[in-house]
Amino acid sequence: MDRAGAAPIVAARGLHKHFGALHVLKGVDLVVAERELVFVIGPSGSGKSTLLRCLNRLEEPSAGSVVVDGIDLLDPRTDINKARQRIGMVFQSFNLYPHMTARGNVALALRKVQRLGRAEAEARARAALDRVHLADRAEHYPAQLSGGQQQRVAIARAIALEPRVMLFDEPTSALDPELVGGVLQVMRELREDGMTMVVVSHEMGFARAAADRVVFMADGLVLEEGAPAEIFGAPRQDRTRAFISQIARH
Amino acid sequence: MSNWERFTDSFFNARVMAEYLPKIIDGFWLTVVLALCIVATGLAAGLLLAVLRAMGVRVVNWVIVFAVDLFRALPPLVVIALLFFGLPSAGLELSGFASTWLALSLVLMAFAEEIFWAGITAVPRGQWEAARSTGLGFLQTLRYVVLPQALRLTIPPLTNRTIAITKGTALASVVAVQDILGAAHAGVSFSFNPSPLTLGAAAYLVLFLPVVVLGRWIETRFAWKP
Repeated sequence: MDRAGAAPIVAARGLHKHFGALHVLKGVDLVVAERELVFVIGPSGSGKSTLLRCLNRLEEPSAGSVVVDGIDLLDPRTDINKARQRIGMVFQSFNLYPHMTARGNVALALRKVQRLGRAEAEARARAALDRVHLADRAEHYPAQLSGGQQQRVAIARAIALEPRVMLFDEPTSALDPELVGGVLQVMRELREDGMTMVVVSHEMGFARAAADRVVFMADGLVLEEGAPAEIFGAPRQDRTRAFISQIARH
Repeated sequence: MSNWERFTDSFFNARVMAEYLPKIIDGFWLTVVLALCIVATGLAAGLLLAVLRAMGVRVVNWVIVFAVDLFRALPPLVVIALLFFGLPSAGLELSGFASTWLALSLVLMAFAEEIFWAGITAVPRGQWEAARSTGLGFLQTLRYVVLPQALRLTIPPLTNRTIAITKGTALASVVAVQDILGAAHAGVSFSFNPSPLTLGAAAYLVLFLPVVVLGRWIETRFAWKP
Protein backbone atom coordinates (compact mmCIF):
# COMPACT_ATOMS: atom_id res chain seq x y z
CA MET A 1 0.00 0.00 0.00
CA ASP A 2 1.27 3.46 -0.84
CA ARG A 3 -0.20 4.80 2.41
CA ALA A 4 1.80 2.72 4.82
CA GLY A 5 0.51 3.04 8.35
CA ALA A 6 -2.74 4.74 7.37
CA ALA A 7 -5.72 3.19 9.12
CA PRO A 8 -7.97 1.15 6.86
CA ILE A 9 -11.29 2.70 5.94
CA VAL A 10 -13.10 -0.56 6.63
CA ALA A 11 -11.98 -3.07 9.22
CA ALA A 12 -14.40 -5.92 9.82
CA ARG A 13 -13.06 -8.72 11.99
CA GLY A 14 -14.44 -12.04 13.09
CA LEU A 15 -17.90 -11.42 11.72
CA HIS A 16 -20.51 -14.03 12.47
CA LYS A 17 -24.14 -13.80 11.49
CA HIS A 18 -26.94 -16.18 12.33
CA PHE A 19 -30.40 -15.96 10.83
CA GLY A 20 -32.20 -18.22 13.28
CA ALA A 21 -30.56 -21.61 12.88
CA LEU A 22 -28.79 -20.61 9.67
CA HIS A 23 -25.14 -19.68 10.20
CA VAL A 24 -24.49 -17.37 7.27
CA LEU A 25 -21.20 -15.72 8.25
CA LYS A 26 -18.75 -17.99 10.04
CA GLY A 27 -15.95 -15.67 11.03
CA VAL A 28 -15.16 -13.27 8.21
CA ASP A 29 -12.45 -10.62 8.14
CA LEU A 30 -12.41 -7.82 5.63
CA VAL A 31 -9.99 -4.92 5.63
CA VAL A 32 -10.20 -2.23 3.00
CA ALA A 33 -7.61 0.51 2.66
CA GLU A 34 -8.35 3.97 1.38
CA ARG A 35 -8.92 4.21 -2.38
CA GLU A 36 -9.05 0.43 -2.70
CA LEU A 37 -11.66 -1.25 -4.86
CA VAL A 38 -12.40 -4.64 -3.34
CA PHE A 39 -14.54 -7.08 -5.29
CA VAL A 40 -16.38 -9.81 -3.37
CA ILE A 41 -17.38 -12.82 -5.43
CA GLY A 42 -18.78 -16.22 -4.62
CA PRO A 43 -21.69 -18.58 -5.17
CA SER A 44 -25.13 -17.55 -4.01
CA GLY A 45 -25.64 -18.26 -0.35
CA SER A 46 -21.98 -17.64 0.40
CA GLY A 47 -22.81 -14.66 2.59
CA LYS A 48 -21.39 -11.91 0.39
CA SER A 49 -24.45 -9.66 0.57
CA THR A 50 -24.79 -10.29 4.29
CA LEU A 51 -21.16 -9.29 4.76
CA LEU A 52 -21.69 -6.09 2.80
CA ARG A 53 -24.82 -5.22 4.75
CA CYS A 54 -22.93 -5.70 8.01
CA LEU A 55 -20.58 -2.95 6.92
CA ASN A 56 -23.24 -0.30 7.46
CA ARG A 57 -25.12 -2.28 10.07
CA LEU A 58 -28.15 -2.94 7.91
CA GLU A 59 -27.56 -6.41 9.29
CA GLU A 60 -26.52 -6.70 12.94
CA PRO A 61 -23.60 -9.11 13.20
CA SER A 62 -24.09 -11.83 15.79
CA ALA A 63 -20.41 -11.51 16.71
CA GLY A 64 -17.34 -9.63 15.60
CA SER A 65 -16.47 -6.00 15.09
CA VAL A 66 -16.99 -3.49 12.33
CA VAL A 67 -14.99 -0.28 12.30
CA VAL A 68 -15.57 2.12 9.41
CA ASP A 69 -13.60 5.33 9.10
CA GLY A 70 -12.56 4.99 12.72
CA ILE A 71 -16.13 4.56 14.01
CA ASP A 72 -17.08 1.37 15.83
CA LEU A 73 -20.44 0.64 14.25
CA LEU A 74 -21.44 -1.96 16.82
CA ASP A 75 -20.85 0.24 19.85
CA PRO A 76 -24.27 1.11 21.30
CA ARG A 77 -23.07 4.65 21.97
CA THR A 78 -22.35 5.22 18.30
CA ASP A 79 -24.83 7.42 16.47
CA ILE A 80 -25.49 5.04 13.60
CA ASN A 81 -27.29 7.66 11.52
CA LYS A 82 -24.25 9.91 11.67
CA ALA A 83 -21.94 7.01 10.82
CA ARG A 84 -24.04 6.00 7.85
CA GLN A 85 -23.52 9.41 6.24
CA ARG A 86 -19.94 8.32 5.66
CA ILE A 87 -20.99 5.03 4.07
CA GLY A 88 -22.82 5.08 0.77
CA MET A 89 -24.81 2.06 -0.33
CA VAL A 90 -26.19 1.09 -3.71
CA PHE A 91 -28.72 -1.74 -3.93
CA GLN A 92 -29.51 -4.33 -6.55
CA SER A 93 -33.09 -3.08 -6.84
CA PHE A 94 -32.11 0.61 -6.78
CA ASN A 95 -34.70 1.46 -4.08
CA LEU A 96 -35.34 4.97 -5.35
CA TYR A 97 -38.21 6.82 -3.65
CA PRO A 98 -40.97 6.63 -6.26
CA HIS A 99 -42.85 9.67 -5.00
CA MET A 100 -39.89 12.02 -5.55
CA THR A 101 -38.05 13.22 -8.63
CA ALA A 102 -34.43 12.24 -9.23
CA ARG A 103 -33.37 15.53 -7.70
CA GLY A 104 -35.71 14.99 -4.76
CA ASN A 105 -34.23 11.55 -4.16
CA VAL A 106 -30.71 12.91 -4.08
CA ALA A 107 -31.56 16.02 -2.05
CA LEU A 108 -33.63 14.36 0.71
CA ALA A 109 -30.73 13.30 2.91
CA LEU A 110 -28.89 16.54 2.18
CA ARG A 111 -31.85 18.53 3.52
CA LYS A 112 -32.95 16.32 6.40
CA VAL A 113 -29.76 14.66 7.56
CA GLN A 114 -27.08 17.19 6.74
CA ARG A 115 -29.59 19.98 7.23
CA LEU A 116 -28.53 21.97 4.21
CA GLY A 117 -30.65 24.86 3.04
CA ARG A 118 -32.79 24.32 -0.01
CA ALA A 119 -30.53 26.17 -2.44
CA GLU A 120 -27.38 24.45 -1.29
CA ALA A 121 -29.03 21.03 -1.25
CA GLU A 122 -30.33 21.53 -4.79
CA ALA A 123 -26.90 22.64 -5.98
CA ARG A 124 -25.23 19.60 -4.42
CA ALA A 125 -27.93 17.34 -5.83
CA ARG A 126 -27.43 18.68 -9.32
CA ALA A 127 -23.68 18.28 -8.98
CA ALA A 128 -24.12 14.65 -7.95
CA LEU A 129 -26.53 13.98 -10.82
CA ASP A 130 -24.03 15.64 -13.12
CA ARG A 131 -21.34 13.23 -11.97
CA VAL A 132 -23.52 10.33 -13.07
CA HIS A 133 -24.38 12.12 -16.33
CA LEU A 134 -28.05 12.58 -15.49
CA ALA A 135 -28.30 16.32 -14.89
CA ASP A 136 -30.89 16.59 -17.66
CA ARG A 137 -33.12 14.03 -15.94
CA ALA A 138 -33.24 15.76 -12.58
CA GLU A 139 -36.98 16.46 -12.72
CA HIS A 140 -37.95 12.96 -13.87
CA TYR A 141 -39.62 10.49 -11.56
CA PRO A 142 -38.06 7.04 -11.15
CA ALA A 143 -40.87 5.47 -13.16
CA GLN A 144 -39.84 7.62 -16.11
CA LEU A 145 -36.25 6.42 -16.04
CA SER A 146 -34.66 3.27 -17.41
CA GLY A 147 -33.16 0.76 -14.99
CA GLY A 148 -29.65 1.95 -15.71
CA GLN A 149 -30.64 5.56 -15.15
CA GLN A 150 -32.39 4.68 -11.91
CA GLN A 151 -29.29 2.93 -10.65
CA ARG A 152 -27.17 5.93 -11.56
CA VAL A 153 -29.57 8.19 -9.65
CA ALA A 154 -29.19 5.79 -6.74
CA ILE A 155 -25.43 6.18 -7.01
CA ALA A 156 -25.82 9.97 -7.11
CA ARG A 157 -28.02 9.77 -4.02
CA ALA A 158 -25.26 7.95 -2.19
CA ILE A 159 -22.30 10.05 -3.35
CA ALA A 160 -24.07 13.36 -2.67
CA LEU A 161 -23.34 12.88 1.01
CA GLU A 162 -19.63 12.59 0.19
CA PRO A 163 -19.08 9.27 1.89
CA ARG A 164 -15.69 7.79 2.68
CA VAL A 165 -16.61 4.39 1.28
CA MET A 166 -19.21 3.14 -1.17
CA LEU A 167 -20.82 -0.28 -0.88
CA PHE A 168 -22.35 -1.84 -3.98
CA ASP A 169 -24.67 -4.84 -3.57
CA GLU A 170 -24.93 -6.44 -7.01
CA PRO A 171 -25.50 -3.07 -8.66
CA THR A 172 -25.99 -4.39 -12.18
CA SER A 173 -27.64 -7.73 -11.53
CA ALA A 174 -31.15 -6.40 -12.11
CA LEU A 175 -30.29 -4.50 -15.28
CA ASP A 176 -30.82 -5.39 -18.89
CA PRO A 177 -27.42 -6.17 -20.45
CA GLU A 178 -27.27 -3.04 -22.60
CA LEU A 179 -27.74 -0.81 -19.55
CA VAL A 180 -24.98 -2.39 -17.48
CA GLY A 181 -22.21 -0.51 -19.27
CA GLY A 182 -23.51 2.90 -18.23
CA VAL A 183 -23.49 1.99 -14.56
CA LEU A 184 -20.07 0.35 -14.71
CA GLN A 185 -18.72 3.46 -16.40
CA VAL A 186 -19.93 5.59 -13.49
CA MET A 187 -18.35 3.16 -11.05
CA ARG A 188 -15.10 3.33 -12.99
CA GLU A 189 -15.15 7.12 -12.80
CA LEU A 190 -15.82 7.01 -9.07
CA ARG A 191 -12.81 4.79 -8.69
CA GLU A 192 -10.66 7.17 -10.69
CA ASP A 193 -11.78 9.98 -8.41
CA GLY A 194 -10.29 8.00 -5.55
CA MET A 195 -13.41 6.54 -3.89
CA THR A 196 -12.96 3.52 -1.65
CA MET A 197 -15.35 0.86 -2.90
CA VAL A 198 -16.53 -2.58 -1.86
CA VAL A 199 -18.44 -4.30 -4.64
CA VAL A 200 -20.41 -7.53 -4.54
CA SER A 201 -20.99 -8.42 -8.15
CA HIS A 202 -20.73 -10.99 -10.91
CA GLU A 203 -19.21 -8.53 -13.38
CA MET A 204 -15.88 -10.32 -13.79
CA GLY A 205 -14.75 -8.15 -16.68
CA PHE A 206 -15.08 -5.10 -14.49
CA ALA A 207 -13.29 -6.86 -11.65
CA ARG A 208 -10.41 -7.83 -13.87
CA ALA A 209 -10.06 -4.28 -15.18
CA ALA A 210 -10.71 -2.17 -12.09
CA ALA A 211 -10.42 -4.14 -8.85
CA ASP A 212 -7.38 -3.88 -6.59
CA ARG A 213 -8.29 -7.03 -4.74
CA VAL A 214 -10.77 -9.85 -5.25
CA VAL A 215 -12.19 -11.75 -2.28
CA PHE A 216 -13.72 -15.16 -2.92
CA MET A 217 -16.33 -16.29 -0.39
CA ALA A 218 -18.09 -19.61 -0.03
CA ASP A 219 -20.22 -21.07 2.77
CA GLY A 220 -19.84 -18.03 4.98
CA LEU A 221 -16.04 -17.87 4.90
CA VAL A 222 -13.39 -16.09 2.90
CA LEU A 223 -11.64 -18.89 1.02
CA GLU A 224 -9.16 -16.86 -0.95
CA GLU A 225 -8.25 -13.31 -1.74
CA GLY A 226 -5.70 -11.62 -3.91
CA ALA A 227 -5.13 -9.50 -6.99
CA PRO A 228 -7.57 -10.09 -9.86
CA ALA A 229 -4.86 -11.70 -11.99
CA GLU A 230 -4.20 -14.26 -9.26
CA ILE A 231 -7.79 -15.09 -8.44
CA PHE A 232 -9.00 -15.27 -12.01
CA GLY A 233 -5.78 -16.57 -13.60
CA ALA A 234 -4.25 -18.86 -11.00
CA PRO A 235 -6.55 -19.57 -8.08
CA ARG A 236 -5.01 -21.65 -5.33
CA GLN A 237 -8.13 -23.34 -3.97
CA ASP A 238 -10.10 -25.97 -5.86
CA ARG A 239 -13.37 -24.37 -4.89
CA THR A 240 -12.25 -21.04 -6.28
CA ARG A 241 -11.10 -22.68 -9.47
CA ALA A 242 -14.45 -24.42 -9.88
CA PHE A 243 -16.36 -21.19 -9.35
CA ILE A 244 -14.19 -19.17 -11.74
CA SER A 245 -14.48 -21.78 -14.48
CA GLN A 246 -18.25 -21.89 -14.02
CA ILE A 247 -18.74 -18.18 -14.47
CA ALA A 248 -16.09 -17.94 -17.18
CA ARG A 249 -18.20 -20.26 -19.26
CA HIS A 250 -20.66 -17.46 -19.79
CA MET B 1 -108.80 6.06 0.87
CA SER B 2 -106.91 4.08 -1.72
CA ASN B 3 -103.75 2.17 -0.69
CA TRP B 4 -101.61 4.75 -2.39
CA GLU B 5 -103.26 7.62 -0.52
CA ARG B 6 -102.87 5.75 2.76
CA PHE B 7 -99.20 5.24 1.96
CA THR B 8 -98.53 8.88 1.13
CA ASP B 9 -100.54 10.02 4.09
CA SER B 10 -98.37 7.93 6.33
CA PHE B 11 -94.89 8.39 4.90
CA PHE B 12 -95.17 11.63 2.98
CA ASN B 13 -97.50 13.63 5.16
CA ALA B 14 -96.73 17.25 4.26
CA ARG B 15 -98.16 18.75 7.42
CA VAL B 16 -96.19 16.49 9.75
CA MET B 17 -93.02 16.89 7.73
CA ALA B 18 -93.34 20.70 7.85
CA GLU B 19 -93.85 20.54 11.60
CA TYR B 20 -90.75 18.46 12.28
CA LEU B 21 -88.44 19.78 9.55
CA PRO B 22 -86.70 22.30 11.84
CA LYS B 23 -85.83 19.56 14.33
CA ILE B 24 -84.49 17.38 11.53
CA ILE B 25 -82.36 20.25 10.27
CA ASP B 26 -80.93 20.77 13.77
CA GLY B 27 -80.25 17.06 13.90
CA PHE B 28 -78.54 17.29 10.52
CA TRP B 29 -76.02 19.84 11.77
CA LEU B 30 -75.42 17.93 14.94
CA THR B 31 -74.75 14.79 12.92
CA VAL B 32 -72.30 16.72 10.75
CA VAL B 33 -70.40 18.00 13.79
CA LEU B 34 -70.40 14.58 15.43
CA ALA B 35 -69.16 12.91 12.24
CA LEU B 36 -66.36 15.46 11.77
CA CYS B 37 -65.20 14.99 15.37
CA ILE B 38 -65.18 11.23 14.98
CA VAL B 39 -63.25 11.33 11.71
CA ALA B 40 -60.65 13.74 13.09
CA THR B 41 -59.91 11.89 16.32
CA GLY B 42 -60.41 8.38 14.94
CA LEU B 43 -58.00 8.77 12.02
CA ALA B 44 -55.42 10.66 14.07
CA ALA B 45 -55.45 8.02 16.80
CA GLY B 46 -55.31 5.21 14.24
CA LEU B 47 -52.29 6.76 12.52
CA LEU B 48 -50.56 7.31 15.86
CA LEU B 49 -51.05 3.66 16.82
CA ALA B 50 -49.77 2.46 13.46
CA VAL B 51 -46.63 4.61 13.79
CA LEU B 52 -46.09 3.29 17.34
CA ARG B 53 -46.49 -0.21 16.06
CA ALA B 54 -43.88 0.42 13.37
CA MET B 55 -41.32 1.06 16.12
CA GLY B 56 -41.41 -2.62 16.91
CA VAL B 57 -41.47 -2.62 20.71
CA ARG B 58 -43.02 -5.99 21.45
CA VAL B 59 -44.98 -5.13 24.59
CA VAL B 60 -46.39 -1.96 23.04
CA ASN B 61 -47.45 -3.96 20.00
CA TRP B 62 -49.31 -6.50 22.13
CA VAL B 63 -51.27 -3.71 23.77
CA ILE B 64 -52.04 -2.07 20.44
CA VAL B 65 -53.16 -5.31 18.81
CA PHE B 66 -55.32 -6.16 21.84
CA ALA B 67 -57.04 -2.77 21.81
CA VAL B 68 -57.52 -2.84 18.05
CA ASP B 69 -58.98 -6.35 18.05
CA LEU B 70 -61.26 -5.40 20.93
CA PHE B 71 -62.77 -2.41 19.18
CA ARG B 72 -63.06 -4.13 15.85
CA ALA B 73 -64.92 -7.02 17.45
CA LEU B 74 -67.35 -5.11 19.64
CA PRO B 75 -70.51 -3.81 17.96
CA PRO B 76 -70.32 0.00 18.01
CA LEU B 77 -73.66 0.24 19.80
CA VAL B 78 -72.31 -1.90 22.62
CA VAL B 79 -69.35 0.44 23.04
CA ILE B 80 -71.65 3.46 23.09
CA ALA B 81 -73.91 1.80 25.64
CA LEU B 82 -70.98 0.75 27.84
CA LEU B 83 -69.62 4.28 27.90
CA PHE B 84 -72.94 6.02 28.40
CA PHE B 85 -74.55 3.64 30.90
CA GLY B 86 -71.47 2.08 32.46
CA LEU B 87 -69.05 4.93 33.08
CA PRO B 88 -71.25 6.80 35.58
CA SER B 89 -70.68 3.91 38.00
CA ALA B 90 -66.98 4.67 37.74
CA GLY B 91 -67.69 8.28 38.55
CA LEU B 92 -67.44 9.61 35.00
CA GLU B 93 -70.56 10.92 33.31
CA LEU B 94 -70.35 11.39 29.58
CA SER B 95 -73.15 13.01 27.61
CA GLY B 96 -74.78 11.04 24.82
CA PHE B 97 -72.84 13.11 22.29
CA ALA B 98 -69.52 12.51 24.05
CA SER B 99 -70.21 8.80 24.48
CA THR B 100 -70.99 8.41 20.80
CA TRP B 101 -68.03 10.51 19.75
CA LEU B 102 -65.63 8.56 21.96
CA ALA B 103 -67.07 5.16 21.09
CA LEU B 104 -67.07 5.65 17.35
CA SER B 105 -63.64 7.28 17.47
CA LEU B 106 -62.31 4.16 19.18
CA VAL B 107 -63.93 1.95 16.57
CA LEU B 108 -62.60 4.06 13.68
CA MET B 109 -59.21 4.19 15.39
CA ALA B 110 -59.08 0.39 15.45
CA PHE B 111 -60.00 -0.09 11.81
CA ALA B 112 -57.85 2.83 10.69
CA GLU B 113 -54.81 1.47 12.55
CA GLU B 114 -55.11 -1.81 10.66
CA ILE B 115 -55.48 0.00 7.35
CA PHE B 116 -52.50 2.29 8.01
CA TRP B 117 -50.48 -0.68 9.21
CA ALA B 118 -51.28 -2.60 6.02
CA GLY B 119 -50.13 0.42 4.04
CA ILE B 120 -46.91 0.77 6.01
CA THR B 121 -46.01 -2.90 5.69
CA ALA B 122 -46.81 -2.81 1.98
CA VAL B 123 -44.01 -0.32 1.39
CA PRO B 124 -41.03 -2.46 0.29
CA ARG B 125 -38.30 -3.02 2.84
CA GLY B 126 -35.80 -1.68 0.35
CA GLN B 127 -37.26 1.79 0.86
CA TRP B 128 -36.43 1.64 4.57
CA GLU B 129 -32.96 0.28 3.82
CA ALA B 130 -32.16 2.92 1.26
CA ALA B 131 -33.36 5.75 3.48
CA ARG B 132 -31.62 4.49 6.62
CA SER B 133 -28.39 3.90 4.69
CA THR B 134 -28.27 7.61 3.84
CA GLY B 135 -28.39 8.45 7.52
CA LEU B 136 -32.11 9.21 7.86
CA GLY B 137 -33.45 8.29 11.28
CA PHE B 138 -36.42 6.02 11.94
CA LEU B 139 -39.01 8.78 12.25
CA GLN B 140 -37.51 10.73 9.36
CA THR B 141 -37.72 7.68 7.15
CA LEU B 142 -41.31 7.15 8.20
CA ARG B 143 -42.22 10.76 7.58
CA TYR B 144 -40.48 11.47 4.28
CA VAL B 145 -40.22 8.08 2.59
CA VAL B 146 -42.59 5.45 3.99
CA LEU B 147 -45.76 7.26 5.07
CA PRO B 148 -46.14 9.23 1.83
CA GLN B 149 -46.17 5.92 -0.01
CA ALA B 150 -48.20 4.08 2.62
CA LEU B 151 -50.91 6.72 2.85
CA ARG B 152 -51.62 6.69 -0.85
CA LEU B 153 -52.17 2.95 -0.68
CA THR B 154 -54.59 3.34 2.21
CA ILE B 155 -56.96 5.87 0.74
CA PRO B 156 -59.58 3.58 -0.82
CA PRO B 157 -60.09 1.31 2.21
CA LEU B 158 -59.87 4.31 4.51
CA THR B 159 -62.59 6.34 2.78
CA ASN B 160 -64.81 3.27 2.71
CA ARG B 161 -64.37 2.52 6.39
CA THR B 162 -64.77 6.16 7.43
CA ILE B 163 -68.07 6.48 5.60
CA ALA B 164 -69.33 3.25 7.16
CA ILE B 165 -68.45 4.33 10.67
CA THR B 166 -69.78 7.85 10.43
CA LYS B 167 -73.13 6.46 9.38
CA GLY B 168 -72.99 4.86 12.80
CA THR B 169 -73.71 8.28 14.24
CA ALA B 170 -77.34 7.19 13.89
CA LEU B 171 -76.66 5.03 16.94
CA ALA B 172 -76.40 8.20 18.98
CA SER B 173 -80.19 8.30 18.92
CA VAL B 174 -80.14 5.37 21.33
CA VAL B 175 -78.46 7.48 23.98
CA ALA B 176 -80.82 10.42 23.66
CA VAL B 177 -78.82 12.51 21.22
CA GLN B 178 -80.94 14.63 18.90
CA ASP B 179 -79.08 13.69 15.75
CA ILE B 180 -81.06 13.07 12.56
CA LEU B 181 -82.40 9.72 13.66
CA GLY B 182 -83.01 10.94 17.23
CA ALA B 183 -85.04 13.88 15.99
CA ALA B 184 -86.89 11.75 13.46
CA HIS B 185 -87.69 9.11 16.05
CA ALA B 186 -89.00 11.73 18.48
CA GLY B 187 -91.15 13.18 15.71
CA VAL B 188 -92.60 9.78 14.92
CA SER B 189 -93.42 9.18 18.56
CA PHE B 190 -95.14 12.52 19.03
CA SER B 191 -97.08 12.60 15.79
CA PHE B 192 -97.91 8.91 15.50
CA ASN B 193 -96.87 9.26 11.88
CA PRO B 194 -93.74 7.89 10.17
CA SER B 195 -93.23 10.93 7.93
CA PRO B 196 -90.46 12.39 10.11
CA LEU B 197 -88.56 9.17 9.42
CA THR B 198 -88.87 9.82 5.69
CA LEU B 199 -87.46 13.27 6.29
CA GLY B 200 -84.67 11.73 8.32
CA ALA B 201 -83.81 9.34 5.52
CA ALA B 202 -83.73 12.24 3.10
CA ALA B 203 -81.46 14.15 5.51
CA TYR B 204 -79.03 11.19 5.61
CA LEU B 205 -78.97 11.12 1.81
CA VAL B 206 -78.31 14.85 1.68
CA LEU B 207 -75.44 14.36 4.13
CA PHE B 208 -73.83 11.16 2.92
CA LEU B 209 -74.28 11.16 -0.84
CA PRO B 210 -71.91 14.14 -1.14
CA VAL B 211 -69.58 12.41 1.33
CA VAL B 212 -69.51 9.28 -0.81
CA VAL B 213 -68.87 11.34 -3.93
CA LEU B 214 -66.13 13.25 -2.09
CA GLY B 215 -64.59 9.96 -1.04
CA ARG B 216 -64.52 8.76 -4.62
CA TRP B 217 -62.93 12.03 -5.73
CA ILE B 218 -60.24 11.72 -3.04
CA GLU B 219 -59.56 8.17 -4.16
CA THR B 220 -59.06 9.06 -7.80
CA ARG B 221 -57.05 12.16 -7.00
CA PHE B 222 -54.67 10.82 -4.36
CA ALA B 223 -54.71 7.07 -4.44
CA TRP B 224 -51.63 5.70 -6.11
CA LYS B 225 -51.17 2.40 -7.77
CA PRO B 226 -47.54 1.32 -7.61
